[in-house]
Amino acid sequence: MRDFINIKMPNGSEKPLPLVSVDKVGVTERANFFTTRSIKKDSKLWALYTAISMVDLTTLEGADTDDRVRQMCAKAIHPVSPYLFQEMCRQSGAAVEPIPSVAAVCVYPNRVKTAVAALKGTGIQVASVATGFPAGQVALDIKLQDVKQAVEAGASEIDMVIDRGAFHSGRYQDVFDEIVAIKTACGDAHLKVILETGELGSLEKVRFASDLAIQAGADFIKTSTGKIPSAASLPVTLVMLQAISDHYQATGRKVGMKPAGGIRTAKQAIHYLCMVSEVLGAEWMNPQMFRFGASVLLNDLLRQVYKQITGRYYYTKAFSLD
Amino acid sequence: MKTETAKQGRETMTKKSTGKNLDLSKEFHQHYAPSLESREIVKIAERYELFIGGRWVKPQTKEYFPTLNPATGEVLSQLARAGAADVDLAVKTARQAYTKVWSKTSGRDRSRYLFRIARLIQERSRELAVLETIDNGKPIKETRDVDLPLVAAHFFYNAGWADKLEYAFPGKKVAPLGVAAQVIPWNFPLLMAAWKIAPALATGNTVVLKAAETTSLTALALAEICAQAGLPDGVVNIITGAGETGAALVNHPDVNKVAFTGSTEVGKIIARAIAPTKKRLTLELGGKSAHMIFADAAIDQAVEGIINGIYFNQGHVCCAGSRLLVEESVADEVVRKLKKRMESIRVGNPLDKNTDIGAINSQGELEKIKKLVAIGKQEEGEFFEPASGTLPSKGYFHKPCFFNRVASSSTLNRVEIFGPVLTITTFRTPEEAISKANDTPYGLAAGIWSEKGSKIHQVASALKAGVVWANTYNKFDPTSPFGGYNESGFGREGGRHGLFPYLEVK
Repeated sequence: MRDFINIKMPNGSEKPLPLVSVDKVGVTERANFFTTRSIKKDSKLWALYTAISMVDLTTLEGADTDDRVRQMCAKAIHPVSPYLFQEMCRQSGAAVEPIPSVAAVCVYPNRVKTAVAALKGTGIQVASVATGFPAGQVALDIKLQDVKQAVEAGASEIDMVIDRGAFHSGRYQDVFDEIVAIKTACGDAHLKVILETGELGSLEKVRFASDLAIQAGADFIKTSTGKIPSAASLPVTLVMLQAISDHYQATGRKVGMKPAGGIRTAKQAIHYLCMVSEVLGAEWMNPQMFRFGASVLLNDLLRQVYKQITGRYYYTKAFSLD
Repeated sequence: MKTETAKQGRETMTKKSTGKNLDLSKEFHQHYAPSLESREIVKIAERYELFIGGRWVKPQTKEYFPTLNPATGEVLSQLARAGAADVDLAVKTARQAYTKVWSKTSGRDRSRYLFRIARLIQERSRELAVLETIDNGKPIKETRDVDLPLVAAHFFYNAGWADKLEYAFPGKKVAPLGVAAQVIPWNFPLLMAAWKIAPALATGNTVVLKAAETTSLTALALAEICAQAGLPDGVVNIITGAGETGAALVNHPDVNKVAFTGSTEVGKIIARAIAPTKKRLTLELGGKSAHMIFADAAIDQAVEGIINGIYFNQGHVCCAGSRLLVEESVADEVVRKLKKRMESIRVGNPLDKNTDIGAINSQGELEKIKKLVAIGKQEEGEFFEPASGTLPSKGYFHKPCFFNRVASSSTLNRVEIFGPVLTITTFRTPEEAISKANDTPYGLAAGIWSEKGSKIHQVASALKAGVVWANTYNKFDPTSPFGGYNESGFGREGGRHGLFPYLEVK
């Protein structure tokens, strides 16, 4: 028999949420399977371009300034100078498309205005972390205020953190209600719910937190804040993808996925893409449904694109740091 | 310079990608560009002789037969057909090597030879993996990540025992038996050779091994490695041929021990032939192993377990989890997830690193599988095979498939198919699961999926199966004994138990 936890839905009805069993050994084995996929040639180039278009370029420092954000936005629009890229292609006789822009930039609420201005007309989304990021240890009204301020400043995506304190205390209804309230405060902005999986302690809790967030209306679920050492991993992402898959099967609603932190190389990113493709399918293979929360990753993706086109590795200085 | 906006960029990405021809109307993973393991590392001779007494000996039959690459149908090489006279020579040579050299070689020295063989296998593992894939049809992913590491591990493990046999059976004296006649199957050619040869040598016996007719090349490569390791001539002799060669070998009056892995049908013939002799016998035969999924299992991982249980090695696994028993309350969910998962299985060129299921080993096996699938379709049961993926036009391939809602009495639930074909039956209680699992003439392996530890122990102890896996399947380790109940054979291979069939314990 399965265990359930009853959750009171926003419309007042009670919904039993199953506590889905997860076998860590099995998940790890399956996740490692994707690291043995060998992606070459056209498939690799396509994966690299796709991965670039899925990056949420992020700066979340106490020392962030408007100028720092503007520079990052420039990199978001053109990860590499279009002129230099075209020259490289011309020299190597390759006919490939321009490097795409990234999907979004992710900043603190106070920096949203700057980012919105810098990205006007580009189609690049501005995401803002909110809800007392990264700890989430502030009162709900402050969290809501945080969200409203970011949305009013023009953020089109909100990355919230769940209340891990409440979650560990077993106050699942509180976690749920908070996500529902924040989703309402988001208005038209998309809501990404950060589970901070490194603090949850087990894959079963990752699965349950995913189910809670999805039921509460999350548009995306996201692994980590990037502020603690244990960030995204393939096994954790796999468990979250399975929650998304089950929800899609049951309701037809597609929830997006964002692993964040710890994805630094193109090779890792391609493992994630193989996993998303084989677990969820083509409908998730785009920036509307899948994102990488990463910054260092971008330059490695570029480096591998150059390698695919020219057949040789460029030294890292060929790509600007930010 | 035109400025490309993110939106435009994204649209171009999803529509036509990088301008090269990658059709993204289908799934990315159906389009992984071929990633072929190079064949160049492998040198296959035009013809192979018999390996007897440390030399390559021409068969007295003067007959050769072709060995094929089942993925393409191309002839790889010609193998010698050993006749009765060749078998006699091989056994005599092994006897001489036993009497004059190997029985006088200390455990420590035997151990050194085995360690040397193990290291050589590791050094040549890529070559051996490619050769195995070409000769057998199994995907390179499996030969590289499963077969070869296990082959080396078996030699390493048994090397460790060679000088410690006194401790394996405390308070007893042990002695080798003499000459071991070993006949191996085609599903794990090199691994089965390792399972047979490593413990035999560690315990001080000499060996005449007959490789399977369709998959002898890696066993012959192992012969080469034995020579390379400086193993005394005649300690390991490897001969090739079909059923008659095997029969001549096991019936040779001067062998002390017969070890056979293969079909139950042949196993019974051997058992009858051996019965009036003093030869010792171990048989590792077929199976129809039950794989049980309880409602409290981790379902997503259990689905992976099912896939690994039945589609690993094209289902050519004696302990394959070929009978799926699912608790009725989760049966629909399991079947739905299984179907979805099967759509992402890649069947194709075994040398492609992204291939999950390779070629069926021979035309005969493929026909047998097809015949049984046809019978299944005539009987009750809902047939399913994935819509995705097309089979290569050449070679012997079969899609993974299953029959849902199959009664225990149906043909497919009784016979060993030895291919990528699963049957699914439901149960209601643990007692019913146990009774259904044991309702078979076989008894090689079983799998249990449940998150409840006490249930796993209760069910496992009631199963008549040589190996029981809990929350996993098809895991092999040289330290763990392997073998069957009833028509799955007798005797154990691997672990301390695996030494016993090669020793006189006094």
